[in-house]
Amino acid sequence: MFKRSDQDSRRSVHIVVDGAAVAAREGDTVSAALLASGRDVRRATAVSGAPRLPYCMMGVCFDCLVTIDGVGNRQGCLVPVAEGMQIEIQKGKREIGR
Amino acid sequence: MNTTARRDSYDVVVIGAGPAGLAAAATAAEAGLSTLLLDENAGPGGQVWRAIASTPVTKRDHLGADYWAGAELVEAVRSSGAEIIQRATVWSLDKHLEIGVSVGGASFFVKARRVILATGALERPFPIPGWTLPGVMTAGAAQTMLKSSGLVPDGPTVIAGQGPLLWLLAAQILRLGGRIDRILDTTERRNYLAALPHAFAFMTSPYFAKGFALMRQVRAKVPVVSGVTELAAAGDGELATVTYLSGSRRETVPAELLLLHQGVVPNVNLAMAVGIEHRWDELQLCWSPVLDRDCNTSVEGIAIAGDGAGIGGAEAAIVRGRIAARAAVEALAPAAAFKLAPMATFRASLVKAERGRIFLDTLFRPAPQFRIPSDDTIVCRCEEVSAKDILDAVAIGATGPNQLKAYRRTGMGPCQGRLCGLTVTELMAQARGKTPQEIGYYRLRAPVKPITLAELAAVPKTDADVNAVVRG
Repeated sequence: MFKRSDQDSRRSVHIVVDGAAVAAREGDTVSAALLASGRDVRRATAVSGAPRLPYCMMGVCFDCLVTIDGVGNRQGCLVPVAEGMQIEIQKGKREIGR
Repeated sequence: MNTTARRDSYDVVVIGAGPAGLAAAATAAEAGLSTLLLDENAGPGGQVWRAIASTPVTKRDHLGADYWAGAELVEAVRSSGAEIIQRATVWSLDKHLEIGVSVGGASFFVKARRVILATGALERPFPIPGWTLPGVMTAGAAQTMLKSSGLVPDGPTVIAGQGPLLWLLAAQILRLGGRIDRILDTTERRNYLAALPHAFAFMTSPYFAKGFALMRQVRAKVPVVSGVTELAAAGDGELATVTYLSGSRRETVPAELLLLHQGVVPNVNLAMAVGIEHRWDELQLCWSPVLDRDCNTSVEGIAIAGDGAGIGGAEAAIVRGRIAARAAVEALAPAAAFKLAPMATFRASLVKAERGRIFLDTLFRPAPQFRIPSDDTIVCRCEEVSAKDILDAVAIGATGPNQLKAYRRTGMGPCQGRLCGLTVTELMAQARGKTPQEIGYYRLRAPVKPITLAELAAVPKTDADVNAVVRG
């Protein structure tokens, strides 16, 4: 869906998405890194379980909700990636306690 | 990077670090006022200058001169003495000018003598069939990824809608080697005639030459279909096709990515939650705050600058930011106002920056069928409520957006109406034969962004705070 520009010379940052290693770039948001990864990163909505991907990428639509380092319902488009960050694609509602 | 405020209170707190917020913070701090700038993103710039301090796009002409113009203002703020906190989500503001801020999962409060809201705009909802499918995004979303991560579309891509941003985005994608298969222009043909009387003012504005140059660049490389009057996205679990009607010609094209855009509207959530009076703007088809000429709102001590005050673009936003900040300086430290340019200079700049705006607003007024959907088209993305669901609720007695919450939960999901509010107002107004002003909007309240109860409970509190609510 998206490719990286060849002008991009930022350092790699390694994150883990549902257990698999993904190379992101320093300064990527979690949502940008997920969309750039080429993986199936569709979440499922809390109401009907419908598949979704980020829509606005600027913090207003909440279609980028994702579990980051064990905390659910984070807005992936507002959180920059960090080395070793653990991402889980959130399927449905946030679970109690995470 | 700052994660908390150094003081409990400031002369001026500016919320939002786009063109208006940066200009306001720099102006207030340069005059010697203690100034705090709070911004939700990882770096300053807002949407127009997003990632200006960190973009991987190094070829300057790829983003254009208007983008790089922001660097000067960012530098001005950094050397002005204003305190800046990035990744700060403001979730509450009250009439006592107390501000609730969340940074990295922990909240604190700061007080201000003056607040300048510069929370900008968001893209107008574009509720077409299939707009919730994975692969359908806003044009602004694609531009955000392009600026901050150097990402461009590489599969079959359709851009649909209207307005200056659409052409700028298309040109930027092409310069960076991205793929666009087709542009579907939804500008209504009758708008060209309606906009004609305002064309002269627009031709003398800086946007005129730039706009036409962009359109020429894009049209040379991408097929553009104009006069599109119907639009639908379809696919099983993800976008597969886009179907459109232009004249009598209906066509379906394969697509992996559909980028939608039909203008931007003020981001009203924080302002409305404080109780600032807003009115329906018949030309821009959105809610705009009621302001005096110094950008002051109906709530004492709070001003609104930038596109949150009504859409005017980046140039106007900068000037409005300076006007709001100068007014704050005049109120709090009149002797320091001489350090700043006279108000008359700012007002003259504003007239110049707003030249041609009526032409753009008239030409790119979105068509009714793209604002007011029907049947099974989703209106509220969060709670997954369709146009038909809402009309059914109206038929059994829902009178306005606030009653509708009780019937269908519209606007009660995490986005708090940002992606459905305008649609709900216009849909209910049409169904009930009323004006949007009469139908009204959601009653918004803090927290205007979701925070956890644990975060709220962990906010530092005094014995007096606790004694005020503890019983027995």
